[in-house]
Amino acid sequence: MGTFAIETRGLKKSFGTTHAVAGVDLAVSVGGVYGVLGPNGAGKTTTIRMLATLLRPDAGEAQVLGYDVVRDARAVRSRVGLTGQFASVDEDLTGVENLLLLARLLGYSRRRGRERATDLLDAFGLAEAADRQVKKYSGGMRRRIDIAASLVVTPELIFLDEPTTGLDPRSRNQVWEFVRGMVAEGTTVLLTTQYLDEADQLADRIAVIDHGKVIAEGSSGQLKASVGAGSLHVRLRAPEQRAEAERVLAGVLEVPAEPSADPAALSARISDPERVARSLAELSRSGIDVTEFALGQPSLDEVFLTLTGHAAEETPEEDAA
Amino acid sequence: MNATTAEPASAPVPEDALRRVLAGERPARPGPLLTSLTFGWRALLKIKHVPEQLVDVTMFPIMFTLMFTYLFGGALAGSTQEYLQFLLPGILVQANVMITMNTGITLNTDIQKGVFDRFRSLPVWRPSPLVGALLGDLVRYSIGSAIVIMLGLVLGFRPEGGAVGVVLSVVLLLVFSFCLSWLWTMLSLILRTPNSVAGVSLMVMFPLTFVSNIFVDPKTMPGWLQGVVEVNPITHLATVVRGLMHGSVPAGEIGWVLVSSALLVAVFGPITMVLYRNKK
Repeated sequence: MGTFAIETRGLKKSFGTTHAVAGVDLAVSVGGVYGVLGPNGAGKTTTIRMLATLLRPDAGEAQVLGYDVVRDARAVRSRVGLTGQFASVDEDLTGVENLLLLARLLGYSRRRGRERATDLLDAFGLAEAADRQVKKYSGGMRRRIDIAASLVVTPELIFLDEPTTGLDPRSRNQVWEFVRGMVAEGTTVLLTTQYLDEADQLADRIAVIDHGKVIAEGSSGQLKASVGAGSLHVRLRAPEQRAEAERVLAGVLEVPAEPSADPAALSARISDPERVARSLAELSRSGIDVTEFALGQPSLDEVFLTLTGHAAEETPEEDAA
Repeated sequence: MNATTAEPASAPVPEDALRRVLAGERPARPGPLLTSLTFGWRALLKIKHVPEQLVDVTMFPIMFTLMFTYLFGGALAGSTQEYLQFLLPGILVQANVMITMNTGITLNTDIQKGVFDRFRSLPVWRPSPLVGALLGDLVRYSIGSAIVIMLGLVLGFRPEGGAVGVVLSVVLLLVFSFCLSWLWTMLSLILRTPNSVAGVSLMVMFPLTFVSNIFVDPKTMPGWLQGVVEVNPITHLATVVRGLMHGSVPAGEIGWVLVSSALLVAVFGPITMVLYRNKK
């Protein structure tokens, strides 16, 4: 199996009485994308900050690329790149100045540093914005300069803390492309996200984390399989027939059918796909018109709901402050 | 994939460029001096991009010099001209000490914005972001000092110690300011917002500069207050600056200033670094 890029045992961190990270065990192989999925406040950022040596764990152990994050912090720092959730570049400086600053700090000569900065700006499609202050960048450009800043010296491992939070779909796709590009070149990526979709798209393996603990781990397929065969989604022509349809479906499928947010729709988690066709036939025999139906693998949303008992994506009320 | 061209396609990721970038070299790590100077360069770049931040080093000293000279000069020393000879070295001290406050506010802003996480995750000598910021501030102190001295000369300040005395006193001031700044870096790592840093700094700063011999001779103060003035390092600093500018070399007092500078760094430097290392 070889060594792991990241290995933690019983990692803990509390802030006052809040147990932000309450015993996290991770084993992340070298290469590929490892996704840490969880809602706001689940402990994702705290975990990453401990792994990137910014926070000292209260208990437990963590090794990054074979180095202990406390005892060999400096060795870890010289091998990893960190792109934090918030601005990790200086907004007052221009794009090229930010990269040149980091290049100089990491040992490049002035001339080579400037070349390196230019190369990075080109690679991330920021050449035209090189001499503009970062505070004038759009959200997508900001994220790209943040990531570029983590690559000034090519890291063996890069931490991306919610790299696409707040981005429009196009910028998000672009960030995904860069992540895939980095992985293709052999960089290991540890990415946190609260978007199930993102973990599903990018990550080879996923750890689901909630209240500071890993509650499930595996490939996205494994996680889905752990929830069941999938679900049947049905949409009716007449919403008032939903209660009856619920009863019919439950009868055939032998699992409860649940009304969806859409007043004409309902869904049921199924254990036996064989029964699906029969249940649809039964609906039509009962005089219930179905306008749409879909049989799907469970979404990670459902996985999350099953594992934690609450939905993954937070309502924005928390951000109101 | 398909022919949808309704919206402009996003710029394709230039894969070759990315590949080239990721095949980068691994240069040797630079030493503490170079990394500190590089952070100092960052501070200068910030002055270049945000020149408004020089308001405190330009307007504030001008305002204070003019106000004290013309409002109180006549009453305190018989004439504004005479008071100016006494006041100007003191105002120079006060201006510099006040400007040091900015160090803490800037650092706290960096922490709030998250850019400090990046710096802390770099494999560089750990104090270098702080030392670099303080080095950059030396430029600000120099600008502030130059403005006060120029204004003084225009208003009729005549230093008997000549250019040498003036330059020496400014150098000593820079040393002291650099050392005092560690107090503010410490505060900025303890307090949560730039505003609270500014608030607390002012609370320290006003008594520190006013309860001294900057503005008046302490002879008329009550005895206990004279005692306070006597132990205030700012008093000794003002005495030294005044002495050097007017042509005397108070060797003992210079020793005092250097010792208190060293003490400031020895106490607040390590505390700052511990806080910095353990910052959440």
